[in-house]
Amino acid sequence: METHESVLAALPLFKGLKPEQIQQIASCAETATYEAGQFLGREGEPAEWFWVVRQGRIALETHAPGRAPLTLQTVSTDDVIGWSWLIPPHVLRFDIHALTASRAVRIDGKRLRELCGRDHELGHALIERVAQVLVRRMEAMSLQLMDLYGVHDGEHE
Amino acid sequence: MSEPVTAPARAGAGSDPMRPERYRVVRTWPETHDTFTMVLAPVEAGARYRFEPGQFNMLYLPGVGEAAISMSGDPAETRQVTHTVRAVGRVTKLLQGLKRGDEVGLRGPFGVPWPVGLAKGRDVLLVAGGIGLAPLRPVVHHLLAHREQFGHVCLLFGARTPADVLFQKDIETWRGRFDASVEVSVDRAGPGWYGRVGVVTTLIPHARFDPANTIAFICGPEIMMHFTMRELERRELAREQAWVSMERNMKCGVGFCGHCQFGPLFVCKDGPVFRYDRVAPLLPVREV
Repeated sequence: METHESVLAALPLFKGLKPEQIQQIASCAETATYEAGQFLGREGEPAEWFWVVRQGRIALETHAPGRAPLTLQTVSTDDVIGWSWLIPPHVLRFDIHALTASRAVRIDGKRLRELCGRDHELGHALIERVAQVLVRRMEAMSLQLMDLYGVHDGEHE
Repeated sequence: MSEPVTAPARAGAGSDPMRPERYRVVRTWPETHDTFTMVLAPVEAGARYRFEPGQFNMLYLPGVGEAAISMSGDPAETRQVTHTVRAVGRVTKLLQGLKRGDEVGLRGPFGVPWPVGLAKGRDVLLVAGGIGLAPLRPVVHHLLAHREQFGHVCLLFGARTPADVLFQKDIETWRGRFDASVEVSVDRAGPGWYGRVGVVTTLIPHARFDPANTIAFICGPEIMMHFTMRELERRELAREQAWVSMERNMKCGVGFCGHCQFGPLFVCKDGPVFRYDRVAPLLPVREV
């Protein structure tokens, strides 16, 4: 049977964590479901959670007044979304929007921060892993910015 | 893992690789706003054309010039040859305007193909970005025509926007076979797109393949291939298991002129398909 602990332990992101550290994270977890179109959180709101997607497709979006929202990235099964819970000032930097009906394990970031404050080894392990998520997202966004598949000056046939 | 390093014998044209053969447009259709597919047949009655996936032809418009274009059709089809072309320059823009019955010159096939034979008995991972799907389409045709010879077949394709997704009918067909996984992601999308958004590398963590027994073929912009390999290495796929197709400004097609020199290599003759470890040191360099 799938438990929060087994879901977390199987994630590549949490590879190398000790079983007791997985247990600590799982103690802050609950299952949540979202309808298509529902926002898991909006830019500027307190970052209280992060999510491990189990089913569905969820978008990270940003927006400017008067313009259609821009999807930066979508995530799906086994992806982790949300890092602002760990980094001050603990507010969401993007909208998190369920594109389809979705199910996720959501983890109480505030509670986990308290655990990290008491257990610095856990805190360090999580910061290392969240940094990996950030680096990969930054790499992906830099590739998006390059507009890889557009036609550029000097391009030959 | 051994690597074919020389081009196979030319099968389509006569003995002089610099002399174009006459071909006639059979059909042409748009794939996206700037990309089209064109089917050509030899003017000479009964002539056959053979190529291996990954090779390219030089298409010639008299008085205008030539362009190197990879074949995008089924390699088992020998009565005609298919190219998918992005109209970005003078020759390709004029090719885009050709109609059924118009003639072009064709030299080829040239270049080292994808080592499809090495993939037998293994999982095959194809990663394509943009027009890079065109040189991999013949590989897909081959893999699906000989499906029993390969392990899991997985195609990951990245496009600029939903409107830039090439070969949409093919993708639907390949997905509908249930014996291959096909994932598409776009770099940007507005409301109404419920597919994946993100660069093609974001598909790799979810792709189904056994890293110890997989061959990867990668085709797209060089920086995309570089980051794709970085992500594949995170999945513990070795550089010796990956091949990339390089694009350079090819002129002669046979390694005489030097236009396509890439460090110590001539892309037209030594490539365009290279094992990744052979070109890896050159990929992140700003100017080669």
